[in-house]
Amino acid sequence: MSARDRYEMVIGLEVHCELKTASKIFCSCPTAFGAEPNTQCCPVCTGMPGALPVLNRQAVAYAVKAGLATNCRIASHSRQDRKNYFYPDLPKGYQISQFDQPLCENGFLEIETEAGSKRIGITRIHIEEDAGKLVHIEGQGTLVDCNRCGVPLIEIVSEPDLRSAEEAKAYLRKLRAVLLYTGVSDCRMNEGSMRCDVNLSVRRRGEETLGTRTEMKNLNSFQFISRAIAFEFARQADALEAGEPVVQETRRFDQASGRTLPMRRKEDADDYRYFPDPDLPPIAVSREELDALRGEIPALPDERKRGYVGRWGLTPFAAELLTLRREAADYFEETAALTRFPALAANLIQSAAVPLLGPDGGSIPLPPAHMAQIADLLGEGGINSGTARRLVRELWDTGRDPLETVRAEGLGQLSDREALTVLAREALVELPRAAGDYRNGRTAALQSLVGRVMRKTAGRGNPALLQEIFRSLLG
Amino acid sequence: MKDRQITRLSAAKLSALLRRRELSAVEAAEAYLSEIESRDPEIGAYLAVTADTARARAAAVDAARLRGEELPPLAGVPVALKDNICTRFAPTTCASRMLEGFTPPYDAHVVERLEAGRMVPLGKCNMDEFAMGSTTESSFFQITRNPADPSRVPGGSSGGSAAAVAACEAPCALGSDTGGSIRQPAAFCGVVGMKPTYGAVSRYGLVAFASSLDQIGPLTRTVRDSALLLDVIAGHDPRDATSLAREWGSFGSQLGREAGGLHAALPAEFFGEGIAPEVSDTVKAAAARYERLGVRVEEVSLPTLRHALSAYYVLSSAEASSNLARFDGVRCGFRAEGCRDIGELYRESRSQGFGAEVKRRILLGSFVLSAGYYDAYYKKALEVRTLVQRDFARVFERFDFLLAPVAPTTACRLGEKRNSPLEMYMGDVCTVPVNIAGLPALSMPCGTGARGLPIGMQLIGRPFSEQLLYRAAYAYEQSEGGKQP
Repeated sequence: MSARDRYEMVIGLEVHCELKTASKIFCSCPTAFGAEPNTQCCPVCTGMPGALPVLNRQAVAYAVKAGLATNCRIASHSRQDRKNYFYPDLPKGYQISQFDQPLCENGFLEIETEAGSKRIGITRIHIEEDAGKLVHIEGQGTLVDCNRCGVPLIEIVSEPDLRSAEEAKAYLRKLRAVLLYTGVSDCRMNEGSMRCDVNLSVRRRGEETLGTRTEMKNLNSFQFISRAIAFEFARQADALEAGEPVVQETRRFDQASGRTLPMRRKEDADDYRYFPDPDLPPIAVSREELDALRGEIPALPDERKRGYVGRWGLTPFAAELLTLRREAADYFEETAALTRFPALAANLIQSAAVPLLGPDGGSIPLPPAHMAQIADLLGEGGINSGTARRLVRELWDTGRDPLETVRAEGLGQLSDREALTVLAREALVELPRAAGDYRNGRTAALQSLVGRVMRKTAGRGNPALLQEIFRSLLG
Repeated sequence: MKDRQITRLSAAKLSALLRRRELSAVEAAEAYLSEIESRDPEIGAYLAVTADTARARAAAVDAARLRGEELPPLAGVPVALKDNICTRFAPTTCASRMLEGFTPPYDAHVVERLEAGRMVPLGKCNMDEFAMGSTTESSFFQITRNPADPSRVPGGSSGGSAAAVAACEAPCALGSDTGGSIRQPAAFCGVVGMKPTYGAVSRYGLVAFASSLDQIGPLTRTVRDSALLLDVIAGHDPRDATSLAREWGSFGSQLGREAGGLHAALPAEFFGEGIAPEVSDTVKAAAARYERLGVRVEEVSLPTLRHALSAYYVLSSAEASSNLARFDGVRCGFRAEGCRDIGELYRESRSQGFGAEVKRRILLGSFVLSAGYYDAYYKKALEVRTLVQRDFARVFERFDFLLAPVAPTTACRLGEKRNSPLEMYMGDVCTVPVNIAGLPALSMPCGTGARGLPIGMQLIGRPFSEQLLYRAAYAYEQSEGGKQP
């Protein structure tokens, strides 16, 4: 057991998501990404003297939906507050946010890792406006682009319930899935429409009290989050082991070195002088409004997941992965209704179809009926799993019929024991070392033997039958 | 008609002449422009005179009238604007170095309403810097003199607007009232000033001092004119979330209805210590006149009022400290030269761009919102606000309006209170409770004190009771000895 193993990490996440409204939170400027600098702003979002904010109710509706989808209590009255600080990307000198009366509180999400499932508390969700962007140009100094000023955001604050980078990622995946399902955000990390601050502290295993935490700001990819967590855990654990204190501070993650570096200490932190924004009346959400919004929320991942496990026999982990993407889950449900082997279909969709979609999703062009046929062929032994995945790839958007293709291209699984035995004997001659290894107890060697026969059969051999043949030949 | 005669007319009479085409809007505008030219070098009411815009708008009104178009009641009537109201056609400086030369890219809601009402803008009026002050002496650019006695202040912060109207350099003007800034200069200069119910007039385009207290309102020479101008500017504006969605009807709808049967209260707290005897005596004499008009007058007590002034300075300064954060030298307004980094740019731009009174309020406001002090000051002030509102509500269960002095004294001499901010703050004691409670209040002349200086009284009503206040004020104005314009 190494010294670090005696410590555990405690993580809470603050996630900022851009809401999918067509216009900004306090004015009618568009929110589209990637426009020319300062072409999507007006007196309100640039904080001109005398300009006033008026709340975009669609932003409230989206934030309430996010709250409902994460099991939060929705406040009938919440308040908007000013967070005062000076920064050139903040035209008014304050950000309109919510301080002590947020819109949503006391929610949770269920996450699923290979270790099992776990409930992660959500402290609060509040709405706020985004700031602008500073652009540093050599020779011209720093310029301000106000296009992002006033883009509506929600900040989702979790309880410190996460204990590993794996859990943090599972939580973020789940949160992203729920927000995408609900249709309130695009959650595009690469465009900054989903950003994450990580609060991390370390304590000896078995201890109850929390250690001193640090905050790592604006991590915008799963990979950076994992690396930042790994580094920061090691740094804090080593410090504690060496008897040095951890300092409460904000740190930034340096992508090049993979290290976290100090930015600002607690004692240097701004006093934001929060107070209720006198330009904005409290946000009221009526019972009727709440019911209407609740009615607009589709079946969420967890509800679907329970169905997949109970009705179609998927493992919870497989069901979790499949339900993270709404399109994939919709597609699976259509396919599952058409096949006798829904678990195989689930596996095929997850392993062969979803990776072809890219990070931003989209729909699977292969008709569910064809996917069902491929699953049936696989389930009945007509093709092997390699062929099944190959069919998914190759038929993808061609419209060709799977049964037809298998027949025309002779892709059917070879399950002729005699023919396979002949080929297996050849393989043993060609790969004497693998045969020897297997006899010496390295069962993994069987894979290369099976693989050799697969190549001889253009991938059509029945892998289970081949394993059986090799075992008896070598036994 | 001679220019001098034209500029002595009330807005209502002027508009009647315009309607009957006995006078053109261009003639009216020219009369006022020449009056400004001759009188304003002494008074200093205007920071900018918008002669070209005035002539063009007036000519357009005349042309429209000639075509026989149906025109709004005050079409062609000139109007002056306090310089914290955003205009595309003239700089909007808030009388601050910070906004020297700044012309906003948009018009305030009230400016759009004036334009829709076909009124003719004469220019932008001097004020205390960012509306902070009671004498108009904190203006970065110039002092304004009281037309009733040029050695004295016109009051503030809407001192330029009040002086312009009193000196007949405008028939009417807009001011803004955060803690008395319309009513007190109206009282000092001897004109009528109306602070409407909070939310009656959109604040969109009013450079904010204290958002929860600011309200735009008219300064006029008659009660009727006040109601007519409020008709033009009041009403719902979706761009101001605190603007009331309410059908107001005509504010002058009860003018001419007698005051008999109304029930007025004299709040004892406004007639005691700290109020000059000549002021309380004059207001009490006005109360006696109301009794002769058939108004029942009684003394009442509003014990929470003595906390209102402190609460006001906490709340208004807190909001101001945040509202004025946007003036940082980055996007618009004054930027200090030769700064090496952003911190220095902020410090120097704000140090050089703001005057002493503004800095004092920003510091006070930042302090009361700071961690560790918030509960003791800001939160406490909010509690006082609730108590004051309740105290007023209790009185309005029995009374139609309150009658009170506007200011503890008549206008002071220029420079007299410049270096004693606390004494100046004390001068707001009668006006701030109204803003704290969001009530409408009308200030009008009710007599003169020593050296003939105007004394004003205010009629304070329950929310949305503007019509009733105008009725009562008009009855007083028309009664024996009242001003007969």
